[in-house]
Amino acid sequence: MQETKPGKAILLDFTECIGCGACEQACAKEHGLPADPPEDRLSHKNYTVVLENKGQHYRKMCMHCLVPTCVSVCPVGALEKTDEGPVVYHPDRCIGCRYCMMACPFQIPKYEWEKPVPVIRKCIMCNERVKEGGETACSWVCPTGACRFGSREKLLAIAHRRIKAFPDRYVDYIYGETEVGGTGVLMMSGVPFADLGFPEDLGTKPLSELTWTVMSKIPNIVITGGLLLGGISWIIHRRMDIEKENLISPARNGQLNIKPVEQLDKEIVKGEEQSGKEG
Amino acid sequence: MNLVMRIKDFSPQRKFAWSVIGIILLIGLQLSYMRFFKGFASVTNLSDEFPWGFWIGFDVIAGVALASGGFTLCFLVYIIGYHRYHSIVRPTVLTAFLGYILVAVGLLYDLGKYFNIWHPLVMWNPHSVMFEVAWCVMLYLSVLFLEFVPMVLEKFNLQTPLHFMQKITIPVVILGVLLSTLHQSSLGSVYLIVPEKLHELWYTPILPLLFFLSAITVGPAMVILESALSSKIFHRGLELNIMVDIAGFQLVGMIVYVGVKIQDLFVRGVVPSLFTGSYEATHFMLEIGILLAACLILILPKLRAHPRWLLLSSILTVVGILYNRLNISWVGMMRSSGTFYFPAWSEVFISLFLVTIGAVAFYFIVKWLPVFPEIEGNEENA
Repeated sequence: MQETKPGKAILLDFTECIGCGACEQACAKEHGLPADPPEDRLSHKNYTVVLENKGQHYRKMCMHCLVPTCVSVCPVGALEKTDEGPVVYHPDRCIGCRYCMMACPFQIPKYEWEKPVPVIRKCIMCNERVKEGGETACSWVCPTGACRFGSREKLLAIAHRRIKAFPDRYVDYIYGETEVGGTGVLMMSGVPFADLGFPEDLGTKPLSELTWTVMSKIPNIVITGGLLLGGISWIIHRRMDIEKENLISPARNGQLNIKPVEQLDKEIVKGEEQSGKEG
Repeated sequence: MNLVMRIKDFSPQRKFAWSVIGIILLIGLQLSYMRFFKGFASVTNLSDEFPWGFWIGFDVIAGVALASGGFTLCFLVYIIGYHRYHSIVRPTVLTAFLGYILVAVGLLYDLGKYFNIWHPLVMWNPHSVMFEVAWCVMLYLSVLFLEFVPMVLEKFNLQTPLHFMQKITIPVVILGVLLSTLHQSSLGSVYLIVPEKLHELWYTPILPLLFFLSAITVGPAMVILESALSSKIFHRGLELNIMVDIAGFQLVGMIVYVGVKIQDLFVRGVVPSLFTGSYEATHFMLEIGILLAACLILILPKLRAHPRWLLLSSILTVVGILYNRLNISWVGMMRSSGTFYFPAWSEVFISLFLVTIGAVAFYFIVKWLPVFPEIEGNEENA
């Protein structure tokens, strides 16, 4: 079905994060959001948050899946996976059904519940900058290298090398390498990802495959169903017509009717029908 | 003048009923204004954690199921040839038509950018279930319009178009049955994408099949319920023998549905989670229990032939399927969302407002058009 386009990616090394919040500030400035995150959670006012748990800082943001669930569910294609890697949003196409919010396995898209004409808000991996060959605001501003931007393949190689070199420092797992078919944001941590609230049982296949197995059968259902219904209807009505004809002129078939009671019944029904139409 | 005179002649019950309807409509209009000009936050308890609430669950997911009487009855009458049910086709088609209009209007309330509702027509994403549902519902609304329009043509005695409509009845009905099959099941497919969010008692790969089976179960029940209601309101006889017959079809559908549903629990090995005492388990058991009670009534021929029991079984079926849709869209989605959602009173009230509009529209259309032959043009009885 959808093609996998690895493109650019972001590598988040939580063990290097000092929790300065420079990425949050840079993101807010880049996208014209209120500078101070009002709450410690993602909302339409902040695309990324830095949090702390078990003595380690970590960050939440859109994962920019390789085969994004939100892109697959959007009925009007308001969400799009670009060739460069970012998953972007076109508010002018959006109808506001919020299926993307429902379907996103990471619960990333947020909504402007207070506005009369709300739109979806989420990290778009600084699409404009990336398109022009630049890097994301958050990775550009990060003072420690906890947030790096680059091609997904290279970042993945770096991550594997780091885990190999410092096995005591990291959980032996790169979050996002395989989750729902792989994501454009890769994460390394010294604390198990489950403790940081990242869903762990997402599987390695894109969620959209669950739907596509059903959706792809629809043309068959339409053709088979249509022929079947048409056939059934034609046969039944043909038989009814023949019975009616027999009733009117039994001599035509050279035999009298065997079950006159049933046919009389049908005649009555037919009469009722006609009077129904007239009334 | 005429109207005032007529209101004076109303019985006290009728006056009371119309006053209640009037109040519901006034409050509903005020809430609608708030929804469209002040935003979701002013009338709903929806949140980033729980983006689909009562409106999607009740107005859309349940509403479409409850409007399935139209295609099930048209299938029986026009495809299978049970022409003796002809007398109830028109009220049923009208109910379905109004039902789907209400679904569309309810959707307008729920869509953040409702003025873009036509976008699926030109902006395609064939991978999206929602896209397919949008198309099917739009097309099926057109089919229902075609099934409805003969009543208008007959009213104005337009014979030529009426004959043409009668000629294309069967293809139109076939199209309607196909579209209904697709979108009834697709509303189940909508939830296939959330395996980690919807509780395991409800999440199953056969959700589309279960949605379809439950739709053809609740369709006949709605036909019976609606016939019983109109026989009360319009003081007309209830075609009991037809109802008992239709209840037979309903019973078959229901046994298959409940059977598949229970078997599915075993196949997926989630039976133990029924006995964990979680609130999901309670709701699931209640949902199945209500349907089994309806089954039991219909299985016993003596009860089935009794109008009151028949009506009770229809109400139970409707409530059971409604419960199922709300369980899937609401109860089963709550634990994973990490939040507690309960609709604001205004959310529920707007749904009540829409249902009231539908009922009033049904009432006046029956007074105006030949829906039930003996009531047509009998406007003095208003």
